[in-house]
This record gives sequence, C-alpha cells and structure tokens, in this order.
Amino acid sequence: MSEDVAKLPVEGKSKIPSFGLEEIESPPLSLRQLTWRRFRRHRMAIFGVIVLGLLILYSFAGTIFFTEESANRTDTALRLNPPSSAHPFGTDTIGRDILARTIYGGQISIVIGLTAVMLEVSVGILIGALAGYYGGVTDSLLMRFTEAMLNIPQIFLLLVMAKYFGDLIPNLQVFGRTFSGSVVVIIMIIGLTSWPYLSRIVRAEFLSLKENEFVLAARATGTPISQIIFRHILPNSIAPIVVSATLGVANAITLEAYISFLGMGVRPPTATWGNMLDGAYNYIEQAYWMWLFPGLLIVLIVLSINFVGDGLRDALDPRSRAV
Amino acid sequence: MTRYIIRRFLQAIPLLFIISIVLFVLMQKMGDPIATMGGRTQTRSADRERLTRVLGLDKPIFVQYLYWLVGNDWAKIDLDGDGITETSGTRKGVLRGDFGTSLVNRGVPVTTVIAQRLPNTLILMLTAEFVIVAGALVVGVYSALKQYSLLDHTITTISFIGFSMPIFFIALSTMYIFAVNFKKWGLPYLPTVGMFDPIEGKTLLQVLWHMVLPVFSIAFISLAAYSRFIRSTMLEVLNQDYIRTAKSKGLPRKEVIFIHALKNASLPIVTIVGLDLPLLLGGAIVTERIFAWPGMGRLFLDHVSRSDTPVVMGIMMLIATAVVVFQIITDVIYAWLDPRIRYT
Repeated sequence: MSEDVAKLPVEGKSKIPSFGLEEIESPPLSLRQLTWRRFRRHRMAIFGVIVLGLLILYSFAGTIFFTEESANRTDTALRLNPPSSAHPFGTDTIGRDILARTIYGGQISIVIGLTAVMLEVSVGILIGALAGYYGGVTDSLLMRFTEAMLNIPQIFLLLVMAKYFGDLIPNLQVFGRTFSGSVVVIIMIIGLTSWPYLSRIVRAEFLSLKENEFVLAARATGTPISQIIFRHILPNSIAPIVVSATLGVANAITLEAYISFLGMGVRPPTATWGNMLDGAYNYIEQAYWMWLFPGLLIVLIVLSINFVGDGLRDALDPRSRAV
Repeated sequence: MTRYIIRRFLQAIPLLFIISIVLFVLMQKMGDPIATMGGRTQTRSADRERLTRVLGLDKPIFVQYLYWLVGNDWAKIDLDGDGITETSGTRKGVLRGDFGTSLVNRGVPVTTVIAQRLPNTLILMLTAEFVIVAGALVVGVYSALKQYSLLDHTITTISFIGFSMPIFFIALSTMYIFAVNFKKWGLPYLPTVGMFDPIEGKTLLQVLWHMVLPVFSIAFISLAAYSRFIRSTMLEVLNQDYIRTAKSKGLPRKEVIFIHALKNASLPIVTIVGLDLPLLLGGAIVTERIFAWPGMGRLFLDHVSRSDTPVVMGIMMLIATAVVVFQIITDVIYAWLDPRIRYT
C-alpha cells in the first residue's frame, strides 16, 4: 500500500514539471485508498468492524474450547439450569449448554448470512444487468417479474418456500461435521427472495452507464457482450452493490432468525442463533437466559453490520467530497 | 390524471397474474393437503381418492389454476372415478370472489376464515401505525430542530439500535420486564397472551390492556426508521429559501415550523405510510405468535403448517393485491398533495 503511494507522485512530477504543483496536489488516490480514508473517519463504522470481528472470533475460535458434541449433548437432569460456573449461559429445555450452542450457532448464522447474500448478489446482478443492458422487451419482462416478487411480502414468501423445499436436501457431511440439510434450504430461499431490490439498483446503474463512451468503444472493438457487462460496466457500478450486499448480510441473518424462531427454519440439533430462540417465549417466566444470550448476539451482529454498511455508504458515495 | 390512474390499474392486472402464478406454483408442494384435513386421524385411502377428485388435485396444474381463477361450474367433473364426467363443479373462482373453502376448517369459505381474523389484526396494526406516525413526527421534528444536540445524538443512536433489533428480542425483553418481573415485584403487570382475559370477557378495556405490549414491540422498531426519515426530510426543508423568507418576515417560530416546514416535510411520509399500510393486513407474524394474538399472522402460520393451500393462497393474494393497489393510491395522493408532480 505505502509503495503505491510513494510511486504515484513521481509519475505526477514527471508530467507537470516546474510549477510546484506537486507540493499542492496530493497524490491521486485509488478508489480503495479513498474509501478507506473516508471509512476510517466514520467512528461508528470502525466500532462495527471491531464488534463484528469479535463476534466472528467468538464463534470460530470458540470451537477450540468446546466440541460440537458438547453443544449438542442433551442431559435432561440439567434442564433449565440458570447460568453458573459450569454453564455460564445456562442450559436449555433439554439440558444443552447454551454457551457452546451460541458458538456453533454463530457459525451457522454467519455462514447463512454470507452465502445467502452471495446467492442474492449473483441473481440480482444477473437479472439487473440483463434488464439494464438489453432494455426493451427483456427489460420489461424481467422487471415485471421483479416487481411481482417485490409485491409479495418477503416473510410470507419465505415461510411458504421453507415449507415447499422442506425436506428436499438430506443432511450434509462437511469437514467431518453433520449439518442439517435445512441450512442449505434456508440459504437458498433467503437468497432467492432477497434479490429483487438489488437487481433494481443494478438495472438503474446499467441504464445510465451503458450510454457512456467507453461502452461504445468496447462495442466498436468487438468486445463480447458478456465482457462488456462484467468487465466494463459492472466494476463501475460496484459501490451501491457493495453497500447493499453488506446490509443484506444483516438482513439475511435477521430473516434466518425469524424463520427459525417460527420453527420453520434450521432444524435441531444444528444450532443457529435463531432456532435457539424457538419456543423460548414459553419459558419466559422460568428461563430468561434461553432467549437473552442468543438474542443479544443477533442484535449485536445486526447492529455492527448495519454500522459497517452505513460507513461504507458514506465512504463510497461518489458525490461526497471529503477525503 | 384520470388517464394515468387507468393506465396504472391496467398495468396492475398482468402483475397480479404473475404473482398469482408464482404463488400457485409454490402452493403445489406445500405438503399433502389431504393428509389429515385438519382432523387427528389419517385420511383413509378410499376417501383420499375421492377427495383428490373433489378438490381437483388429480388435474394438471394449469387446469387447477384455471379452476382456481375462473371456477369450474362451467365444466363437468368426474366425482366417482368411473371415467365419465357427469357432475358440474361448484367453484366460482377468484375472479368472481370465491377463494375456495378451507381444508382445515372443513367447508368454511376462505373469505369467512379471513374475515374472522382480519378485524383483530387491524385493531392491533392500525393502533401501532398511529403510534408510529405520531411518535415519529414528535421525535423526528424535535431532533431536526435540535440537530447535533446531545438529545439528537441519543435519539439517533437509539433509533439505530431499534432499527437493527429483531422484533422478537424487543417483544421478549418487554415481556420479561413488564409482565414477568412486575408480577414478581407485586406491581400491576401487563398481560402477555391473547386479546382478553377469558374471565373478564372481550371488553374494550381488556383488549386495550392486552394490546400494550404488542403495539409497543411493533411500534418501537418502525418508530426508529420513521423518525430517522422524518428528521432528514425536515432538515432538508428547513434549509429551503422559503423558510428563511418566512423567518425574515417575522412569522412566529411555531408557525414557521409547523405550518411552513412540517407541511412540506411530511409529504414523503405519505409514501412510506402508503407502502406500509397494506403490509399491516398480514399482521406482524412474529409478534402475533409471541403474544398469541388471534390475527392474520397466526392464521397464516397455522394454515401453512397444516398445508391448507386455499387459505394460504387467499391470504397471500389479499396482501399482494393490497400492496399493488396501495402503491397506485399512494402515487395519486402524492401527486394531489404536491402540485410540482404531474403525471400524464
């Protein structure tokens, strides 16, 4: 990074000699440097990054201290034990240790958030780019479909789809661990219902960018359309996509929590922060620890991701003049 | 303007068709609708064959969709399975206002099932919406007037937290504080379950008392989003030239803020309220589940889990239609309120 900065002004000097401009003009910054400079001024965003880092550390480094067996071990003699030194977060209705479950549940929640957004972004970019680039009939067909998806409230659609894809996928073995197939289902349905908003953003970007001269030049030199879309136009519209994807992770984690909370999401024994809350309200008088800890973790991760997204939005805003 | 409204409604028709087709396809694998039909015992296989024919589930999906859409009273169906179509159908189809009958509550029309629950949801959600708009106006205007003050920063932080909070967390926390702990401390505590105490009966006071916690939970989260929005539109308006003019000609501060500024700042609120209103019909699924409120959200959950496709389809079409219609109404009202906007 520092080498880049050091090199650039040398080039600048050789082009503009003897005006002393090199002292006034700061070296041109790349988009990444500019974004980082603005981002780091955003105090809440930095706070968000730190909390997010700690949460990721918590759920991935926690595996060193707790095995997955300890997270899934049931012992009805220990049911609904309040927080103690043996079980710092208490135990749930069938005696599983909540601390260990929040660690393993965190992994699943984070993985669901990230992969669902990857799916969302892929579908959203594809549909938005095709609609925006081709226009005409393609555009109106794709946009009618997008609009139809937007007009069905997402939580209703998710519940129906959770039921639809219910037992489609068997349990998976990854890294010697067993994951409930419902994890894949949840990732899929969250990804497949979240894209419409993003694809509208991408379409709007493409509509304006495709009128630029560099697109005309690319077309004139016979560049294949897929390259024009993905190598020429897409990198120019990356800023709003990054912001929307970041906020999308928080949204996906919340949605997973909602569906699992309603008992239609990820199935036990695989823990997520959402399904740990399922049924917790039945024990609200006896066991506050059942909902407090997973609930707090969800609030923390969503809050920190939202802060990061907000910071990125300000940092990537092309109209912003602040350096 | 009339032409614009007509055009928008004409555009809405194909949109609703696409939505209904997407939903209808999704309904196909919602589970086996005749597994128990809401009863406790399994349906016998002889009954199963007959029911499949009665419900038209043996037909290809596009025929099923057609029957759902326009009914089957014009067609003959084969009820006894001998290959001869002799009985005429009884369904009228959605286009004639017949959404079919519920499978779980056998024979009860979907419209009746929904109509029983809709008022409960509307009581809850309209109250919440009223609290949200009123509260957001107060909070938003105040923090815009006192921009960058300590209170403004506090409000911004709280609203950011509220915005990020899943509704079940706020619902469970308030339940824990105001119901569980208040009971423990011997204070008057709030009820957490249902619409009214069965002993007291369904009186206005009871319903209001039971509404406090659910309304608070719904309102807290949206209040955060709304007040942030109002704050930013208010700040934008306060920087306009006509506000400076109003101030410089010596109008009282109250008049400038509430008549000149707020009137214009509240215009964009029409949009978000208009887009949120149709979603109220669906109720807050999670909130209704936690507080056992007998509304649309719980109706939806119960019938999804028991594969009652006609009811689920009916609820989702109702909401989707409301969303489409309210979008048009919102655009029209906006143009009517803001003379700068002209649709052609």
